[in-house]
Order: sequence, then structure tokens, then C-alpha cells
Amino acid sequence: MGTGKRDPLNAPNASIPAVDNATCGTRFTVPGMRCAGCIAKIERELPKLDGVSAARVNFSAKRVAIEHDVSLDEEALTSALREIGFEAQSIDENPLGDEAEERKTLLRALGVSGFGMMNIMLLSVSIWSGAEGATRELFHWLSALIAMPVIAYAGRPFFSSAWMALKYRRTNMDVPISIGVILATALSLYETITGGEHAYFESAVMLLFFLLAGRALDAEMRTRTRAGIGALLGRMGKSASVIGPDGSARRVPAAELEPGMLVLVAAGEALAADGEVEDGTSALDNAMLTGESTPVGIAPGDLVHAGAINLGSAFRMRLTRTADDTALAEIARLMDEAGQSRSHYVRIADRASRAYAPVVHSLAALAFAGWMIVGAGWHQSLVIAIAVLIITCPCAMGLAVPTAQVVASGALLNRGLLVKDGSALERLAEVDTALFDKTGTLTLGEPRAQIADLNEEERAVALALAQNSRHPLSRGLANSLREGRVEPADLSDVSEVSGEGLSGLWDGVRVALDRPQSASSELATRLSIGEQSKTITFSDPLRADCEETLGVLWDNGIDASILSGDRSAAVDAVAKTLGLQAQPEASPQDKLASLENLREAGHKPLMVGDGLNDGPALAAAHASIAPGTASDASQQAADAVFIGEKLMPVALAIRVARRTMMVVRQNFVFAIGYNALAVPLALFGYVTPLIAAVAMSLSSLVVVANSLRLSGSAK
Amino acid sequence: MTGLVFLIPIALLMGAVGLAAFFWAMRTGQYEDMDGAAHRILIDDDEDLP
Repeated sequence: MGTGKRDPLNAPNASIPAVDNATCGTRFTVPGMRCAGCIAKIERELPKLDGVSAARVNFSAKRVAIEHDVSLDEEALTSALREIGFEAQSIDENPLGDEAEERKTLLRALGVSGFGMMNIMLLSVSIWSGAEGATRELFHWLSALIAMPVIAYAGRPFFSSAWMALKYRRTNMDVPISIGVILATALSLYETITGGEHAYFESAVMLLFFLLAGRALDAEMRTRTRAGIGALLGRMGKSASVIGPDGSARRVPAAELEPGMLVLVAAGEALAADGEVEDGTSALDNAMLTGESTPVGIAPGDLVHAGAINLGSAFRMRLTRTADDTALAEIARLMDEAGQSRSHYVRIADRASRAYAPVVHSLAALAFAGWMIVGAGWHQSLVIAIAVLIITCPCAMGLAVPTAQVVASGALLNRGLLVKDGSALERLAEVDTALFDKTGTLTLGEPRAQIADLNEEERAVALALAQNSRHPLSRGLANSLREGRVEPADLSDVSEVSGEGLSGLWDGVRVALDRPQSASSELATRLSIGEQSKTITFSDPLRADCEETLGVLWDNGIDASILSGDRSAAVDAVAKTLGLQAQPEASPQDKLASLENLREAGHKPLMVGDGLNDGPALAAAHASIAPGTASDASQQAADAVFIGEKLMPVALAIRVARRTMMVVRQNFVFAIGYNALAVPLALFGYVTPLIAAVAMSLSSLVVVANSLRLSGSAK
Repeated sequence: MTGLVFLIPIALLMGAVGLAAFFWAMRTGQYEDMDGAAHRILIDDDEDLP
């Protein structure tokens, strides 16, 4: 090994060697990747497993593509990833395919227009510095030859969008852009053919380049945050173990379940359909559905609902309502309807162009009419009218919104908040009331163990046992212990009996984590080492920076209150600690109704929640934020997702969104200001292509520079 | 002015080479994992050295 073997880790796209025909690729999402060490660990350790030929990490999307032998199944790979310390979930299809394709199209168009702009500018500079006669004509012809295909290719995103808008008798930002570009190109072509003095090819191409830069940034922002959110999704159970008449169990996807089936629900598993308990007793975590954090005990004959998580031992249930009939699906329908109102929101760029486009078009028309009346002849009048169109064309306006939003969302991303798109930032800036769910939002939503009275040995043994299980209590215990920088003890023969607990051998002594004898409803586990045993209790604490966050919101003029599905007593306790108003025991319908009331009273509410029961409220709110531990549906419905244990990103989101809108408005003032200065020149026929190009680039640069100020806004 | 006969094609060619390089980079997925590339530089490849 003394040769310093090169590892392919640093190659930008290490080719995955095809070992033989019997390999296939599986992709996993691994949200826990944080650093270079994680990349190296996954890419080095996985191929050591028999049957895995290569593993390739995509860090941005938090994914691993594994090339492996067909004999290895997903289970084996998931457990291999867990052994090296990463939670993983396989992904079947690519839900972000369309987004990625749009981004690629824009990037290609940007590359082409950049190429065209540079070459045409080269020729134009020579013309501006005094090329005359035949040389100028040659340069004009060359510019035309480069510009025509470039505009035809790079202009497609704008032309098609403008066409769609016109077809439905609407107007958007792309309509004035398309008209400006097409008219400028047509006029320049005419000038070139007739040997005229001015051609505006560089202005047309430059306009496209700057605008495409804005669009590409916008698309980049969306794919980036969606990839981040995509990595968090898919943790909920979407299938169930159906027990056949012969007693054998097989996995069936949630959509194919039917009433009457007998289903085995393992410990830690999420229910995929509603049903009746047939056999066995256990405790369910209904927090996702109701917001109630205390587990509910169940016995044969009890009704259970999809979305609940089995905390106790395995039980059998007979399905009563499946797929579209479940309480869960009812919530999904409510969400769909509630989301309608938000789709009416008009983004600021479109509002600006609605106001701006008529002004531009009538100015150009006025210029044409005015010069015709003065008797300048149709050719000169048209040249001036087009110069007005080009000079007022919203080049910097196209950059004003996306640059600011991209910089702001990048700053927020670094602080653990993923904003889904620009429209979300705009709506976040407008909110004036905040409603918080309790469980999982104000609180951590996962059980934390009270480990204060454990000694060092006990902690090490507890961690060594707990880290082997996916049971929520084990995970909570392991998390609490890891925070205390506990090193796991060296155990052997660790085994887990579902619903019973974990056991192992530590230096020949039997150690175990299991259910406590006392049947209290409080969450607890019993740690035994040899003959001694100790009970560890769990609680769901408030996020550490709740009060601080609420203070910041208050400073920003936002009233906060609690809207929870949990019991009055539990909610009141939290409300009292934080000094907030609270509405307890709210059903999903109640939550939706409260939001509708606020809207009707003229408020713009922000909803922060995680459970499925918050879904409709999240969709109906003016803006919404969900924690990264929220249910899939809630994360889909929310405008932004925050990761980690702090609540502060919520307050930061509002502050940054407001600053972003301020910068966007400044950008508009700059962009319009520059153009306004040039308009009188254009109206009186003094605008040359040189002036148009300078005005365009300067205003764009100022706008970009102004937007970059936001990079430190989330500090 | 005869210089233009060479200079303009050279300028165009250089631009075209740049554009081709950009397209190639996109097709081979070099823009797929921008954050990963930033982290990969930190990985030590020399672990196997004595």
C-alpha cells in the first residue's frame, strides 16, 4: 500500500465501472450528510460490502447512487448505510425531473446568448469607435448572422411564455420583452440590408442574456431548495405488511390496500390505513394526526387511524377504510381546497410589469405618432419608437426580483431554512399574524430522555443499546446521549425483540432496555445492567429558543398565538410559559376555520405547523413554514421548511423576507430610474445603440450589486 | 483591414470553443452537485500511504 493509491473521490464524475450484467442502480436519499467526511465515508465504505460495485454521492441533493449486484435488495443496502451511521430511504423515480430539465434549458440558452453577446459586442465596439462604409456594413452583416440564430434559440423561453399569455388574453413580463426583442431585431435587419447607420443587435442579445441570467438564478433557487426538501420526504410508512390466509406476510403499497385485509403493524411502524385492532395491545403516537403528544393505549376492538405510529409492540388490525377513504385522505382533500386561494397570489414582478408594460407601449406609440406628425417620415419615426422600446425594456427589471430572492434564500439556506420559491418569500414578507402548532413545532416533537441521574457506565451502555433500534424512544434516548458526548460501550450479541426491547452482553453481563413494569401512560423505558435496573423517563421539551424567537417576531409587529390539536391542559401549560394566547383541541377543520376568519378580518396569517392535522391550515395560510421533522404532506404544503432544533429560522425568515422586498423595491427604483433618464433622449431621437447598451449594463450591474447586500441578512 | 480576415474567425472560433466546453460540462453533469464539489476538495486521498 505504499504507492499512494489515487482514490477516485475527487474526480468530478467518477465513472461507475460496469462489473457485469447482473448489476443495477438504486438511489437513496440520505439527509444526514453534512460534510466531506460523510461523502468519503459513504463512497469508501459501501463498496467494501459484497455485491456493491460503486457508490456515488450527490451532496447537493443529499443522495447516493449505488451500483450493486441484483441479489442485494434495498433492505440490505439501507442497513449497510445505517451501519456506517446514516439513515437512508430509497427513492424510486425522480420527482424533480421537470424542474431540472427547465433549469438545464435555461442554462443552455444563457450559454448561447452569452456567446452571441460577446461576439456581437466585439463587432459593435469597432463600429462605435468609428468603423465606416464597407467595414461597418460587413460588421453589421456578421452581427446579424450571429444574432439571428442566437435570438431564435435563446429567446424561446420568453417567446413561448409570452405566446401563452397572449393566447389567454393576459399579459406578463415576457410580452414587452418579446415585442422589444423581435422589433429591435427586425429593425436592425432592415438597417443592415439597406446599409443604415445603426443596428441594435447587441442590445437585443444583451437584453436576452441579462434576463436569462435572472431566470436561471430563479430556477437554480427552486431546484436547490426542492432537492433539500425532497431529501427530507418519504419517511412515513407508505406500505403495510398484509397477512394472507396462510399466515404469510407480504408488503403491500398503501394504495393497493383493501378493507377487510389483516395487517401486522410492527413496532415503530406508521399505519397506512384506518382499521380496527384485532389482536394485541400497544400504544399509538397520534401526534401527526391530532397534535396530541401523549401516546394512546389501544386494545382489541379500538379504532386506529392511518398516520399514527405504533410505539409499543406489534399488533394486528383489520382494515376498515383504505386509500381515499381514510381520515388522512380527508385531510388531503381539505388541503387541496385550502390551497386554491393561494394560487391567486400575483407575484411582484408580474404586478410591476402589468403597471409598466402599458406605459412603455404607449410611450413608444406616442413617439411614433409625434414624429410622424412633425413630418419625420415613417422610417425615422419607427427607428425612434423602437429606440424608446429598447431603452425602456425592463432588462434590469428582469433581474430586480430574482437576484434579490436568490441571494436571500441562499443566506437563509445557510441558517437551515429552505424557502421553496420566490413567491413564498414575497408572501412571508407580508404576514402580520403568526399561528403556531404545539407538538413538533414549539416543542421538538420527539421524546427526549431525562438522563441526568444516569452514571457514566449506564450512559455508555444505554447508548450502545439504543443506537441499534429505530424505535422512537430508542432514537430519542440515543440523541440525548450523543448530545452529552457519550461514547457507546462495547457490546456483543445485541438483539431486538419488537415491542419488548433490546438486550445484549457487556463484558459478560446481560444488559437490556425494555418496557417498565408499571403501566403508567408516561413515556419511559427501563435500563437494566445485570441485576440492577433504572427507569428513564421521556418528555417532549420546548425548543430552546422559543421565547427569543417570539420576541423577535413581536419586535417585527407580528402577533403570535398557539393553535393546537392537543389537550387543553398540555396546551395551556405551554401557552402560560410563553405568554401566548392559545386555542386547544382544534381539529383540522377548526384550524382551517380560524385561518379563514383571520383572512376575512384582513389579516395575513403565517402558519407554522408540522402534523398532518396542520396540513389544511398550512395550505390556507398566507404563508406557512414547517419543521424538517413534519409529515410529508405538511412539508409539501408549506412554503418553507426549517431544519434543526431551533425555532429561530422562523423569525429570521420573516426578517429576511422583509429586507428582500425592500431591496426588490430599491432595485425597481434603480432600474426604472436609469431607464427614465434615457427615455427623454430616446423620445428626441438621440439614443444610439451605444447609449442603449451602456444604460442597460449599468442598471443591471447596480441591481445585482444592490441584491448582493442581502447575503449577510440572515446573520 | 486584411487582418480582419483572420481575427474575426479566430474570435468566433474561440467563442465557439468556450460554448462547446460549457455544453460539454453540462452534459457530463458537472453542474449537478455544486456543493459536493466544494466539499470533495477537503477529502484526503492519501489515507493509504504508510
